[in-house]
Amino acid sequence: MTYHQPVPLLWWTRRRSYVVFVLRELSSVAVAWFVVHFLLLVTAVHRGPGAYQEFLDWSARPLILVVNLVALAFVVLHAVTWFNLAPKALVVRVQGQQVPPRMIAAGHFGAWFVVSAIVAWVLVVML
Amino acid sequence: MPDTITLQVARYRPESESAPTLQEYEVPLREEWAVLDGLNYVKDHLDGTLSFRWSCRMGICGSCGMTVNGDPALTCGTFLTDYAPGPVRVEPLANFPVIRDLVVEIDDFLHKLPEVKPWLVRDDDGGVDDVEFLQTPEQLDAYKQYSMCINCMLCYSACPVYGIEPDFLGPAAIALAQRYNLAPATSAHQRLDVLATDAGVWACTYVGECTRACPKGVDPAGAIQRYKLTAAARTLLPWGKR
Amino acid sequence: MADHDVVVVGGGGAGLRAAIAIVQARPELSVAVVSKVYPMRSHTVSAEGGAAGVIAGDDSLDEHAYDTVSGSDWLCDQDAVEAFVEEAPRELLQLEHWGCPWSRQPDGEVAVRAFGGMKKMRTWFAADKTGFHLLHTLFQTSLRYPQIVRYDEWYVTTLLVDDGRVEGVVGIELATGRIEAITGRAVVLCTGGCGRVFPFTTNGNIKTGDGMALAYRAGAPLKDMEFVQYHPTGLPFTGILITEAARAEGGWLLNKDGYRYLQDYDLGAPSPTPVMRSMELGPRDRISQAFVHEQEKGNTVDTPYGPVVYLDLRHLGEKVIDAKLPFVRELCRQYERIDPVHELIPVRPVQHYMMGGVHTDIDGATGLAGLFAAGEVACVSINGATGSAPTRCPSAWCSAAGPGSRPPSTPWRTPMPRASRPRSPTSGGAWSTTCWRAATVASGSPTCAPTCSTRWRAASGSSATPIRCSPASRSWASCGSGSRRPPSRTPAGRSTPSWSRRWSSGSCWTSPRRWW
Repeated sequence: MTYHQPVPLLWWTRRRSYVVFVLRELSSVAVAWFVVHFLLLVTAVHRGPGAYQEFLDWSARPLILVVNLVALAFVVLHAVTWFNLAPKALVVRVQGQQVPPRMIAAGHFGAWFVVSAIVAWVLVVML
Repeated sequence: MPDTITLQVARYRPESESAPTLQEYEVPLREEWAVLDGLNYVKDHLDGTLSFRWSCRMGICGSCGMTVNGDPALTCGTFLTDYAPGPVRVEPLANFPVIRDLVVEIDDFLHKLPEVKPWLVRDDDGGVDDVEFLQTPEQLDAYKQYSMCINCMLCYSACPVYGIEPDFLGPAAIALAQRYNLAPATSAHQRLDVLATDAGVWACTYVGECTRACPKGVDPAGAIQRYKLTAAARTLLPWGKR
Repeated sequence: MADHDVVVVGGGGAGLRAAIAIVQARPELSVAVVSKVYPMRSHTVSAEGGAAGVIAGDDSLDEHAYDTVSGSDWLCDQDAVEAFVEEAPRELLQLEHWGCPWSRQPDGEVAVRAFGGMKKMRTWFAADKTGFHLLHTLFQTSLRYPQIVRYDEWYVTTLLVDDGRVEGVVGIELATGRIEAITGRAVVLCTGGCGRVFPFTTNGNIKTGDGMALAYRAGAPLKDMEFVQYHPTGLPFTGILITEAARAEGGWLLNKDGYRYLQDYDLGAPSPTPVMRSMELGPRDRISQAFVHEQEKGNTVDTPYGPVVYLDLRHLGEKVIDAKLPFVRELCRQYERIDPVHELIPVRPVQHYMMGGVHTDIDGATGLAGLFAAGEVACVSINGATGSAPTRCPSAWCSAAGPGSRPPSTPWRTPMPRASRPRSPTSGGAWSTTCWRAATVASGSPTCAPTCSTRWRAASGSSATPIRCSPASRSWASCGSGSRRPPSRTPAGRSTPSWSRRWSSGSCWTSPRRWW
C-alpha cells in the first residue's frame, strides 16, 4: 500500500517561484480585463460622443483606475517573465560561439523598449 | 558547535500506519557528515527499521534524493552543519507515492522514459565495423548538458505541474529527449508526437524550479522551453513541416 | 513464476550490455534483467577515468596487450587479454554509435588520454564521468528492446540448480516482499564486486558481493579472490575516488614535505609533464605501496580519517581542470570543501576493485552448466594481480570470446571523412555471436556492475554494520601494501597461464621488465 502524498491547497505559497508562477498565470485575467475594457471603449465610440464621454468619466473613477493599474502591473509582470524566459528557449550561435543568455534577454528587453517608445511617440506626437 | 543535531525523519509503515509520521533521532553533528551519514547513523545504531535508498554517496547514482527541510536534495551532498543547530526534517520526495519511510515509487517515470525514445536514431548508422562518427567538441557541447541527468527525480519533486497533473511527462524525461534531439545527425522531429502534446512540453508553465533543484546543472526548464520553440515552428510555420 | 530465455542478474554495465547483445543477436529471445537497484543506480555509474581501446595511429593491439599483461603482474590469462584488446575498440565504438558522449578532439575524432600502466594514449573518456555516461547510454539504449524485461529492485537469493544445471533464480521483490522463481535456459551473473566488505572503499553501498556468493553456494568456483586493487587516491572519510585522470592530466602526488615521493620507489624520475607509465602514472598497486612505505617513514599527514598524502592539481590551472576534470572539482568542493584549483587534495589508498571473482572461461562460462558471469563478479582473468586501470570498464562490454571476425591487429583507425568511411550492413559482429553462444546456453561479457541497497531491506531491522566493519578493518590493517599480491613480481605465484601463446610479434612475455 503506497501512500499518496496530498498536494496542499496553499502549495503555491511555499516558494517565491511558485508565487510568481501563480501570479503570472493570474495575469491572464488582467489581459482579459484589458480586452473587455477596450471593447467597451469601441462600443462607446460607435454609439457617439455622449457615450464616449460617459465611458471616459467611468474610466476616471478611482475604482476603475485602481483596477487598471493592477491589471497593468500584472501585464508588466507577464512581459518581464516572458522576456526572461527568452534566453532559455533561444540558443543563438554566432561564429560557433554561443551568445550569452544575458545578451539574448537584453536584446528582447531592448526591442520591447524601442517598440514601446515608438508607440508612445505615435500616441503623443502624431495624434 | 553542538555535538549533536536532531533529525526529524518521516516514517511510514504501511502495515501499521495509514499516513506518515515524524520521528526524532539525535545524531552526532560532525563537520564532514552529510544528512545521509546521519540517516546511516540512525540505521546502524538507533533504529534498524528505517528504510531509505542510497549507494554511491558521491552524487552520481541518484538514489538518495529526499526532501530536506522542505527542499528536494541529494542527501549525500547535503551537510548537517548547514542546518545547525537543527532540527533537520527529512521526508520522502514530494509528488511520488511513498512505499515505506523515505522510499518512493518512481515507476511512473520509468514508464514515461521509453515513451520519449531516449536513444539515438540516426539514418546513416550501418554498423560499427571500423566506422567512427565524427563529432566536433561544439556538436558535443550542443547536447552534453542534457546528458548529465542522473534520474534522481529531484526535478519531478520540485515541479508543481507534475504534482497537480501526474500525466505530465516531466522535466527529466523531456531533457533526455532533447539530449537525443540535439545529438548530431539526428532529427529533432521524431519525438514530436510525444513531446508536442498537452502532457508534453505544453503542460510546462515554466515555474523553473526543476532547474533550481537539479544537482547536476542539467537545466530541464531550458530544455523544455527550447523544445516549445521547436514544436511551435514545426507545427505553425508553413515551412516548418519540411 | 516467470519464465524467460535468459536471466541476467544485475543491471550495470555488464548486465545491460549482455542483455542488449542477446536480443540483438536473437530478437526472438526474452531476456530478464533482475537487479536489486534501478539499473541507472548501478555502480558502473561511478567509474570516472576512462576505458582502454586501441584507436590512435601510433598504437597497436600488441602494445595494449603487453601493457595489460604486464599490468596484471604477469598473472592474467593471455588468451583472454588478446581477445579483450581486440574486442575493446569495437565495443567502445559501439557505445559511440549508441550516443555515448565521448570527449572529442577538435577535428571530431574520439579523444584518448594517458592512463596509469598504459604506455600509449588509448583511454577513451567522457570527461571524468565515463562510467556514468556508459551506464546511462546502455540503459537508455536497452529501453529500445521490448524483449528485455526488467525486474527492478528485485533481490536474487538463490540460483536454481537442477541436476548440475542452472535453470533460473529465486528473487524477492523488495517493495512487496513477494518471492518468485524466474527461470531461464541460462543465467548470466553481472552483479559486480564485493568492495563493501572493506570499511574504506570507493564502492557504493550496493556492492556486496551477492553474485559471488550466489555462484559459490551453487557450486561454481571462485578464483583470484586474494587480488584486491587499492586505488591510490581516495578522499579520506568518504572514500570518494579522485580519478586517475587527475594524474594522467599532470597531477602530482606530494608527501607532507611537498616532495614527489614516487621517485624514491623505482617509478621513474619526476618531470613537469606526465610521462606514460612513470611516476604518478605507474601501476596503481605500486603507487599504493609507495604510500604505505611513506607512512612507515612518517612522511604522511595524519588526519582524523587516517594518514594522507596530497594530490596537487594547482599547476594545471582552472581552465584544464574545468575542461578535463570537472567532476574532480565538483567532488572536492562538495565533499572536502576545498577547491583543487587553489588547494591540495588530501588522498589515501582505498579499496577499489576485486580482480577475482567467479571463474569463467574465455566465453564467460563458469564451471556450472547454464551459468555465465561477466563484469567485476567474474574472473576470466584479464586483470591478474593488479589490473590496469582502464581495462576494467571496457572488459565489462567486451566479450572474452569469439574467434574470427575481429579487427586486424594493426592500427585500424581510418582518418577518412565520415561520409566516405566504410559501412557495414550488419551490426553486432563478434560480440553478438558470442553472446548468442552464451544465450542459447547464454553468454555474457566481463565487468563492473552491482546490485541491491542493503538499506532497502530495512524492515527486518537488522544492521549490516557489524558485518561490514569486522573483516574489513582487519583487511586494511593487514594488507599493508597497495594491492594484495604475492611478494615477487614473477609469474611464479600462480598456475602457469598460457605462456606459450604466440603474439604477432612472435614473442610472449614471461618476465617483468622495467616500466619505463
